[in-house]
Amino acid sequence: MTNLGGSKMSQHKQIRIALNNCGVIDPENIKEYIARDGYLALGKCLTEMKPEDIIREIKDSGLRGRGGGGFPAGLKWEIAAKNQADQKYVVCNADEGDPGAFMDRSILEGDPHAVLEAMAICGYSMGATKGLIYIRAEYPLAIERLKIAIEQAREFGLLGKNLFGTDFEFDIEIRYGAGAFVCGEETALIHSMEGLRGEPTIKPPYPAESGYFGKPTNVNNVETYANVPIILRKGANWFNKIGTEKSKGTKVFALAGKIKNVGLVEVPMGTTLREVIYEIGGGIENDKKFKAVQTGGPSGGCLTEKHLDTPIDFDNLVQAGSMMGSGGMIVMDEDNCMVSVAKFYLEFTVEESCGKCSPCRIGNKRLYELLDRITQGKGEMEDLKRLRNMSNVIKDTSLCGLGQTSPNPVLSTLDNFYDEYVAHVVDKKCIAGQCKDLMTYFVIEENCVGCTACARVCPVGAITGEKKEVHYINPEICIKCGACEERCKFDAIIVK
Amino acid sequence: MNKIKLTIDNKQIEVEKGTTIYKAAKELGIYIPVLCYMNLEGLNIENKPGGCRICVVEVEGRNNLAPSCSTDVWEGMVVNTHSMRVINARRTVMEFILSDHPKDCLTCAKSGNCDLQDMAVKLGVREIPGQEYAEMSTYKIDFSPSIIRDLDKCIMCRRCEMMCNDFQTVGALSAFNRGFEAAVGPAFEMELEDSTCTYCGQCVAVCPTGALTEKDHTRDVINALSDPTKKVVVQTAPAVRAALGEEFGMEPGTLVTGKMVSALRRLGFDYVFDTDFAADLTIMEEGTELLDRLTKYLGGDKEVKLPILTSCCPAWVSFFEHYFPEMKDIPSTARSPQQMFGAIAKTYFADKISTKREDLVVVSIMPCLAKKYEAQRDEFKVDGNPDVDFSISTRELAHLIKEANLDLNILPDEDFDKPLGESSGAGVIFGTTGGVIEAAVRTAYELHTGKKLEKLDFEQLRGFEAIRKATVDFDGTPINIGIAHGLGHARKLLDEIKAGKSEFHAIEIMACPGGCIGGGGQPLHHSDTSILKARAEAIYREDAGKPIRKSHENPYILKLYEEFLGKPMSEKSHHLLHTAYFDKSRKIEIS
Amino acid sequence: MEEKSMSDIKVKVKEKDLIKIQEICKSFDNKPGELINVLHKTQEHFGYLPAEIQEVVAQELDVAVAKVYGVVTFYSFFTMLPKGKFPISICTGTACYVRGADNVLQEFKRQLNIEVGETTDDGKYSLNCLRCVGACGLAPVVLVGDKTYGRVSPEGVKEILEEYQEK
Repeated sequence: MTNLGGSKMSQHKQIRIALNNCGVIDPENIKEYIARDGYLALGKCLTEMKPEDIIREIKDSGLRGRGGGGFPAGLKWEIAAKNQADQKYVVCNADEGDPGAFMDRSILEGDPHAVLEAMAICGYSMGATKGLIYIRAEYPLAIERLKIAIEQAREFGLLGKNLFGTDFEFDIEIRYGAGAFVCGEETALIHSMEGLRGEPTIKPPYPAESGYFGKPTNVNNVETYANVPIILRKGANWFNKIGTEKSKGTKVFALAGKIKNVGLVEVPMGTTLREVIYEIGGGIENDKKFKAVQTGGPSGGCLTEKHLDTPIDFDNLVQAGSMMGSGGMIVMDEDNCMVSVAKFYLEFTVEESCGKCSPCRIGNKRLYELLDRITQGKGEMEDLKRLRNMSNVIKDTSLCGLGQTSPNPVLSTLDNFYDEYVAHVVDKKCIAGQCKDLMTYFVIEENCVGCTACARVCPVGAITGEKKEVHYINPEICIKCGACEERCKFDAIIVK
Repeated sequence: MNKIKLTIDNKQIEVEKGTTIYKAAKELGIYIPVLCYMNLEGLNIENKPGGCRICVVEVEGRNNLAPSCSTDVWEGMVVNTHSMRVINARRTVMEFILSDHPKDCLTCAKSGNCDLQDMAVKLGVREIPGQEYAEMSTYKIDFSPSIIRDLDKCIMCRRCEMMCNDFQTVGALSAFNRGFEAAVGPAFEMELEDSTCTYCGQCVAVCPTGALTEKDHTRDVINALSDPTKKVVVQTAPAVRAALGEEFGMEPGTLVTGKMVSALRRLGFDYVFDTDFAADLTIMEEGTELLDRLTKYLGGDKEVKLPILTSCCPAWVSFFEHYFPEMKDIPSTARSPQQMFGAIAKTYFADKISTKREDLVVVSIMPCLAKKYEAQRDEFKVDGNPDVDFSISTRELAHLIKEANLDLNILPDEDFDKPLGESSGAGVIFGTTGGVIEAAVRTAYELHTGKKLEKLDFEQLRGFEAIRKATVDFDGTPINIGIAHGLGHARKLLDEIKAGKSEFHAIEIMACPGGCIGGGGQPLHHSDTSILKARAEAIYREDAGKPIRKSHENPYILKLYEEFLGKPMSEKSHHLLHTAYFDKSRKIEIS
Repeated sequence: MEEKSMSDIKVKVKEKDLIKIQEICKSFDNKPGELINVLHKTQEHFGYLPAEIQEVVAQELDVAVAKVYGVVTFYSFFTMLPKGKFPISICTGTACYVRGADNVLQEFKRQLNIEVGETTDDGKYSLNCLRCVGACGLAPVVLVGDKTYGRVSPEGVKEILEEYQEK
């Protein structure tokens, strides 16, 4: 079901690096990958380059981790390389748990060998002979294709012993996630691979020092690895010319929501949100008004009109109150209530919190409860202050990246849509018309013909009125199911 | 250079590399509040999940606050432990924790002795904003024979989980569920009684809240004492006298033997006896068993089981029944002192005072929670009547004494009643790790060699090291002795035996850190292990001051054999003072 | 004292199930570190992970059963309840949410008269939410077994269920 944008998606402004082969080659045939210079980089590394040269090349390229925080990949490799041990591990984080993001899945389904090749290169550069791919069990096709790819790579002598006639050996195993968003955090991921509860631990020690079963371990995500072979083929200087000063290369986004063209886009760092949403995504569907764009998933924030011309890169998004995250990009229109959006993300965080540290375990629950009350019209102005304080403390005190970023949807909507919060709290109104508790159904007298259709469909008997007379909806009884509005053929029922 | 210079609250300090901010601050006399963090110094037990986030501090150049318990210092670090940002964060986090915690402090077993309560006071929490609509996580309360679990009060500090798994290797407890619903308990939220729990009580000893408490039997004791048709006998374990004073504000290590006796008498017990008497009796039986096996072994008997393992500790007994059932014929068959006492009290002593078994109530004061369970084991009952009716902890006794308006500080010293109140110094040292085997050696040596021991203090058997080894010369025969406290350490010795690699003739095992002095029923040490050491010293002091220091020289023990039992390992002894063990491993059966 | 059996903790399991679990554990060399892989395989075979199966896994891998339970209850993929013949999963990822997945979910709950995580009395349907299946272009998305339904509206729920009525 890989949706790479379809025919409608404009290729204008896009550059394909990570998605280079996706949709172009048959991912189940290693020969097609090889035909597009696949495994050339690995061969070059093993026969012509020293481990430190590879690390320098990756460092020079400016490649930063595509999974969330944007830590420089070369630096990570270097630390893992410097830590001596009898066994080291290369781990690929394919536990894409961000709701609304599916670029890792697409890469694994469309170009699995790029990841395998990159892991072998990483292994050679840091002195590891074992690779592990931690993938969501919910991605059966990606798993299947990875298995085929690993098998074929072994057959072709591209995994296993004596690669390219050298002493170097490297092989890869697949490990399955089991449905825990927090396992995207690298220490939690490692615990999960060890057969434990996926709870994060305090860093340091970093996995590069003490990771999988206490051994130096390098963890990068799928998209990060997918950039590696091409960097080594075309050179750091080719790669670092793309992008902005501190964010090099491209980023894949999963464009979704109220947008005309949904799907994956890969754009150079520094492209503006406006370019992505309007030029590539074709603008808002049904010609509604753009309201916000959410980036970074549950860790990110909602950006508005004023951010549309901000060049997208790691640092600019953080500055704007959001983050790159793994690359989810959800567009919202005027029908989306921003308090509800914040609540939606908090509901997710509450469900996905591992429960280890108290601010994330309890604090997020309290944030959610407060947001829920606001959407029910039970909020007070004092609550908005509490929301902010709780959010700040949760960010400030949580153990891992999950809790440290989970209040971002709240803080960014408080910053950018404060009036909407106030409307819920003071006027008890939801401008977007999404909060059922704040809506009232009315009969427009001049349109009502008294056909009684609405009264008959009302499940709770809230509508009264004689035949051919104007009907009345009792707000005390009405459960706001909307059945009457749908049934009325005369546009006589509206909701406000 | 492995030294690191840093600044904490404008004060400079130099510490070893690898020191945490918390420890560095402590060296400066700055006590950062901690909740989940626990360090039992000298016992190699440290719990630092970094979960509660109460100990956060501000570190210059760091975006978020740092958990001081688990953040190492670095060169030039500048720390502020009490900026307003920190104070606000701590208080808000505390409000979070309390918003999911019942507010029944008035009747909570931990009230007045609760780390969480103290922290709420310290952090100035006066209200929980939004409490009226805050959902609370709730669970079923679990009543086991020894321990009550009320997970509504669990704050996920993970101390119990760490003790149960890492220290004891029992594995009865684990974190389960995720997020807001997460708590710590047995598999499938089953009751402790259905799990492999040994009731060692170390989870209770470290729990900072009322989530884990002892099953309280003080009401049963009050009822027995109020019943005019009953004669009530009390026995006090050796470790109790070395710790009870702490509950009354005395310095750790204060011996309160005489005051305790006088308090018990004032509470209305008809006879105040000493478990130490039964400890001497245990040595007679266990020591004889040891010599018996040893003699056979030295005589070339290949069938005899060695090493012999002590069997005084009920948590340890449960442990091998659960995990090493195939080795259940290795431990001594001698019952524990508590049960020997009960059996003798309800036969020999009941006869002496012409009281029927049913009319005699035996109460034990124990540093231990497993003793509650042990007292209820079927094999220690006669026609449903238990040898020991109620076992209460040192903490419960302190409550009873306070409830009776007695102040231990000003009570006079009194002596135990006779005949079951007389004991030797050997009986006293049962209360600390290494004590049982030292007591056994004192007797076994003299019985084996027929010579008098020159020096009674076996320093090589003492101390707090997890596993200790010593060789005692039995007049030309070297006897190898092993000692372990903590079931995880015991497991190592058992694995050696299982593998046929054990070098020992005799091994003493105690489940709790430091032995009974660190038992789950003792006054809470609140992570201060110097208290355990002070208690151990007090025990050895009591021994040193005793006129009789060898069990086989206790005149009342000799009289008991003469009048009633005959000789050690006699048929009567076998019936009253020995027991058998059972396979309690989890069994998978085909249905 | 007479020897009696006090082994009061017994776990009953069918012989063929026991053999199957042992087989799975053995295929992972009975390594404790493979617990999650073992649970995946076991759930794949049995459909769910009831207590007695966890007990066997614990024993085979030499892991405390409390720890096995701790792992099973941590990951949302593992379930201790049997799923329905036709497991219905509603994607509640962001894209689906924005396009009204919640209303679809409510409609399934209403029609089946069960809550999320439950199975209908006849064992036919079970209802679950899952996070982004990566079909955001089709949002809101519903899965019945392996079959995907895209752009589902509350009105479409009845139609989907009717497809399975006779099966």
